[in-house]
Amino acid sequence: MATPLTERLKADGTAVSIGEYEASGGYRGLEKARAMSGHEVLDLVKASGLRGRGGAGFPTGMKWSFVPAKDDGGPRYFVVNADEKEPGTMKDRILLEGDPHQIVEGIAIASRAIGAEHAFIYIRGEYLASAAALERAIAEATERGLVGRPEEGRGPEIEIHLSSGRYLCGEETGLLNALEGKRPNPRNKPPFPQVSGLWGRPTVVNNVETVANLPHILREGPEWFKALSPGSDAGTKLYGVSGWVAKPGVWEMPMGATVREILEGKAGGMAEGRVLRGFLPGGASTDFLGPDKLDLRMDFDSVGKAGSRLGTGTMVVLDDKTCPVGMVLSLERFFSRESCGWCTPCREGLPWIVRILEALEEGRGEEGDLERLEDLSRKLAPGRTFCALAPGAVEPLQSALKLFREDFEAHLRRKGCPWK
Amino acid sequence: MARVSFTIDGRSVEAEEGENLLKAARENGVDIPGLCWMEKLTPSSSCRMCIVKIEGQRGLAAACATAAQEGMAVTAFDEELEDYRRTTLELILSEHNYDCGVCSKNGECELQALAFRYDLGVDQPKRITVPAIWKKTPMPVDRSSPVLTYDATRCIRCGRCIASCDEIQGKQVIDFIHRGARSFVSPSMSMWSNSSCDGCGECVQACPTAGLTEKPLVERFRSFEVERRVRTTCVYCGVGCQLDLWIKGGRIVRVRGADVEPNRGRLCVKGRFGYQFVDHAERLTVPLVRKDGELVEAEWDEALDLVARKLGDIKAKSGSSALAGLASAKCTNEENYLFQKFVRAVLGTNSVDHCARLCHAPTVAGLGKAFGSGAMTNSIPELADADCILVTGCNVTETHPVTSTYIKNAVRKGATLIVIDPRRIDLVPKAGLWLRQKPGSDVAWINGMINVMIEENLVDREFIAGRTENFEALKDLVASYTPRRVEQISGIPEEKLREAARLYAKSERSAIVYAMGITQHVTGTDNVLSLANLAMAAGQIGRPSTGVNPLRGQNNVQGACDMGALPDVYPGYQRVDRSEAAEKFRAAWGVESLSPEPGLTVNEIMQGALSGTVKGLYVMGENPMLSDPNLQHVEEALKAVDFLVVQDLFLSETARLADVVLPAVSFAEKEGSFTNSDRSVLRVRAAVPAPGKARTDWEIVAELSTRMGYPMKYESASEIMDEAAALTPIYGGISHARLDRETLHWPCPAPDHPGTLFLHGTKFSRGKGAFHPVDWIPPAELPDEEYPFVLSTGRMLFHYHTATMTRRSEPLNRFAPGAYAEIDPEDLAELGGADGSTLKVTSRRGSIEIPARASPRVARGTIFIPFHYAEAPANMLTNDALDPVSKIPEFKVAACAIEVLK
Ligand SMILES: Cc1cc2nc3c(=O)[nH]c(=O)nc-3n(C[C@H](O)[C@H](O)[C@H](O)COP(=O)(O)O)c2cc1C
Ligand code: SF4
Ligand code: SF4
Ligand code: SF4
Ligand code: SF4
Ligand code: FES
Repeated sequence: MATPLTERLKADGTAVSIGEYEASGGYRGLEKARAMSGHEVLDLVKASGLRGRGGAGFPTGMKWSFVPAKDDGGPRYFVVNADEKEPGTMKDRILLEGDPHQIVEGIAIASRAIGAEHAFIYIRGEYLASAAALERAIAEATERGLVGRPEEGRGPEIEIHLSSGRYLCGEETGLLNALEGKRPNPRNKPPFPQVSGLWGRPTVVNNVETVANLPHILREGPEWFKALSPGSDAGTKLYGVSGWVAKPGVWEMPMGATVREILEGKAGGMAEGRVLRGFLPGGASTDFLGPDKLDLRMDFDSVGKAGSRLGTGTMVVLDDKTCPVGMVLSLERFFSRESCGWCTPCREGLPWIVRILEALEEGRGEEGDLERLEDLSRKLAPGRTFCALAPGAVEPLQSALKLFREDFEAHLRRKGCPWK
Repeated sequence: MARVSFTIDGRSVEAEEGENLLKAARENGVDIPGLCWMEKLTPSSSCRMCIVKIEGQRGLAAACATAAQEGMAVTAFDEELEDYRRTTLELILSEHNYDCGVCSKNGECELQALAFRYDLGVDQPKRITVPAIWKKTPMPVDRSSPVLTYDATRCIRCGRCIASCDEIQGKQVIDFIHRGARSFVSPSMSMWSNSSCDGCGECVQACPTAGLTEKPLVERFRSFEVERRVRTTCVYCGVGCQLDLWIKGGRIVRVRGADVEPNRGRLCVKGRFGYQFVDHAERLTVPLVRKDGELVEAEWDEALDLVARKLGDIKAKSGSSALAGLASAKCTNEENYLFQKFVRAVLGTNSVDHCARLCHAPTVAGLGKAFGSGAMTNSIPELADADCILVTGCNVTETHPVTSTYIKNAVRKGATLIVIDPRRIDLVPKAGLWLRQKPGSDVAWINGMINVMIEENLVDREFIAGRTENFEALKDLVASYTPRRVEQISGIPEEKLREAARLYAKSERSAIVYAMGITQHVTGTDNVLSLANLAMAAGQIGRPSTGVNPLRGQNNVQGACDMGALPDVYPGYQRVDRSEAAEKFRAAWGVESLSPEPGLTVNEIMQGALSGTVKGLYVMGENPMLSDPNLQHVEEALKAVDFLVVQDLFLSETARLADVVLPAVSFAEKEGSFTNSDRSVLRVRAAVPAPGKARTDWEIVAELSTRMGYPMKYESASEIMDEAAALTPIYGGISHARLDRETLHWPCPAPDHPGTLFLHGTKFSRGKGAFHPVDWIPPAELPDEEYPFVLSTGRMLFHYHTATMTRRSEPLNRFAPGAYAEIDPEDLAELGGADGSTLKVTSRRGSIEIPARASPRVARGTIFIPFHYAEAPANMLTNDALDPVSKIPEFKVAACAIEVLK
């Protein structure tokens, strides 16, 4: 089983050095990309079928292709989204800390494709070790003339920006505002960042894991990449599991591995004495799926068909000794706190949801509360709020209301939480 | 733009292609609700009330973020959408201090209107049993600003205030802080009073609720108690902002910016909050006559008879030349017209002048010579569309606040701003290039820029050949102004001068903006001529968003000049020494003769008073005791005249010296017109009754004239304008009836003429534009060992002129309570002082004591003092050395010595 993204990682956790990286085929992809035109690089990535690993699964080549083909002489930017604040998600960090050159090479390839001479890595404020590893990698690569000299066609200049910490900074337009030094409210779309992004210039934002795939696609070719997975989505994927399982962790597996392969094969099944009741397949902002979905393939289309989203591919598991209402409440508290406050339904709606869930937990629930929660979930759905935070926030809630209906009703009936 | 048709709820409608869907729907009578959208601002699409369905589009769309397109099918109202909107409104109300009964926005609040529409009462929002978050906000109400109150419990987080401050005013003072339901609006660094907010109130005007409200300055009111809203013109500066005065019980209770040219709704702190002076207790309400050395109350008849008799006596005994009048840039066109008519036809002299002498006489002289017309060549809002703006000698943000917003708008759209000013003015951070010239070196750097343009082949040959004359002479003269030499004179680095020249010459539309920093020099006229040379050489004139644009200081300084309140010209700049003009006025005014001799200027009048040749002086609404240079001398002069009449709102420093004081009415109490800096003639309308027995200036002048044997009978100000228009070709087509309907910029020669937005389009007023080569000469007074500092004087945002009105408006005083001298922190330290130390500033003419303000705005070796304050009158120090052409005093350069007292 090929694990191109993680196979170089060292057991002691130290970062792969430039020597080690180059010795194992590193920067070969970039060399190829430099021999091609930007457009050819873009076509190749398109042909590989790579889809964004940041959560939405948007085809990467297509995303790049919205950058205006005509060069108007002004700057363009490539931005790596390394904010990774989705609860339950810790996949990007492993790549950043363990193999930073893979990211640097990916950045150089993507910048080549879209004609960017300047790139930013927007990194979660707490990821100091990642930032240090990247800084060293960028210095090493610059010294070797691999990047950092756009005027000689050896771009881009890469700058690290440490986030001051807020979930919304991961949303790509909020991220761009933060990079500009502004309050990270999201922006109206259209215009999309590819047309008018950082300082109004064409900009592409990609997730760390997305970027990590690029050196391999360039080096080995799109057919190799597609062959990595058994299903329709190409490549490998970093899957993670958290919750009451035997061995929580992150593993690289072929895209489309089944839930069982991940949960039982890698995470060692549920922890002693715990029974699986459901799981969020792709981080906190995805819909719950039940234990009947163990043989579901974890790729974008399959999870979508099953009624949830692959998201970041990092599962959060709910067991039988944990109150689903309490779990949803803790998630909604997070989202409600992290709402940026720009748009009404999210700013006031999430606190409402929190207050109703608190009432249920504390035995103050009232007739009609569950309907109210359902109603609010519908009204915070995609297209109703300004950005995707609120729609993501209500996904666990709306699915829990269906999947764990009897638990919600028990809270009402018994005037309190049966788990307490 | 193309029209498109599409449907809303099955009804077909039309709009401009790409027009905002919310606007288009409303214009077609479909009232989609919305709280965050304002036409002037980038849509924030945050309230989510305007959500609609668009056929073929997934999800819902905010109408305010959607562009109208051909064939689109929009659903604006159905059960689902209305249910969604109702919930959204409930959500807003659940976090709102919903207490309309005691709210000052009751009746005009957009949230309240929607709550009414959706029938959502206080108990309606479901589940507000849990305490609302706003109740726990630590500091929900910020009352620290002198002019506004922010109440987070009534704020709906629509962001309109934030965008207004940023996009319209270009100030970026406020933003949301904190997250989610805990977010609220906050100025940079905590409280409003500690921020850079200058109180313009744009944010307040934009707020749909009582989140931001004006502080009640006169009394609390609700909109439905307002009896009238009167559209009028701001009395403060030369922008001429259009305002609506809200009147309750005969008093002004609120001022709002009117959404028309020139200000498009914008105002500054003075225009919006400086109205308390109108019904101030110190207003003069009865005439005062000096008896036994004291000013005592008198009846109008007594006072007017006395004035008529005294002026008549002087004329009989010493001749007309012993009389003089000071007209006023604060009074209306009609009043100035009548005043100069009185001085010329009744007193028999041309010695009528006003404070324009002290600010823009060089403009009138210089631009008159170069172009044939001494006014702003383009209109103020055009600046927003310029590609390059050169601002020099002009602290626009403080002296022409609303003009500054247009400059900032242009920069926001990508224009390059070049600031050439010795002070680090507010615009400097927005400027692409800031050149800090030495005071008094303007002719040199301008010649230098032209030198560079010639050397680098950047002059507009076609324009020069076709539209101008005398370029060769200019070319010869500027040849010696190499950037190197200019650097020696002005201190402007060679390379920066080149860069400025390139930017200015190469941009598609470049505009020059200047003010008193250019004019108030012994070389004032030369400076203006040089700027005119620069604009013509680059061909940056005669097109939209270009030109040479003097920003006139006072509200009606342009109008007072237009109306002939100048010693050498009749209304419309018709010279008194030309016989056709004189004959025209003589015949129209029905007098035997008019003096063909140009009269005395302000300073000559003062000198005449001192030497005894001027014996009677009539002052209408001016305060030379604070505004004129070398004050000691002014005071002596005013005391020396035999008879002094002062007509004013307050007992000003000048009025205190008068023999008779006549109470006049304020702008809010009279009809008439002002002409702003960009030549728009703008209506002034009576909104409140005059206090006591005060009368309009024109009534007083007419009464006096009648008593002196020359009957003046007018029914209204409008009639006076008709007479003035008939005699003043540039105002030929102007009448109150037209002004009530439209904005007119002079020249407007005929009743069917649309007015002139920008001058010199196809030909200059004088035919060909004339280049006037001028050589640089040093300022009259340079620093030396004894007086090592250069003093500049000028204005600031919060006060106006001699502050008789602004200091009687509480909020303005709170913003700027006292006099100060700006001095470089290091200079101050070397003198042994610190911020707040008392300085003794001494020049060859006098000395004042004033607190120091350590400020990086001024360059080393210079000191800046605003001239507004009576307790530390900067004009005790200034030099009354005059520009030989325009007779303007050199306010901007005086040598002085500084001593730290404590
Ligand atoms: C509230 C919110 C938070 C997000 N946080 C992250 C994040 O931390 N990291 C990330 O890569 N993408 C995040 N995203 C997704 C980004 O907006 C964006 O889709 C992604 O960076 C695109 O990268 P990709 O095309 O490579 O997937 C977030 C989205 C939302 C709505
Ligand atoms: S959905 Fe939430 S996070 Fe997104 S813009 Fe609205 S308030 Fe902000
Ligand atoms: S009053 Fe003016 S400067 Fe102050 S916050 Fe409001 S808009 Fe900004
Ligand atoms: S203060 Fe007014 S304008 Fe500003 S966000 Fe609040 S409600 Fe909107
Ligand atoms: S003082 Fe000037 S800028 Fe301010 S409101 Fe009046 S006219 Fe406008
Ligand atoms: S008016 Fe459109 S979202 Fe507020």
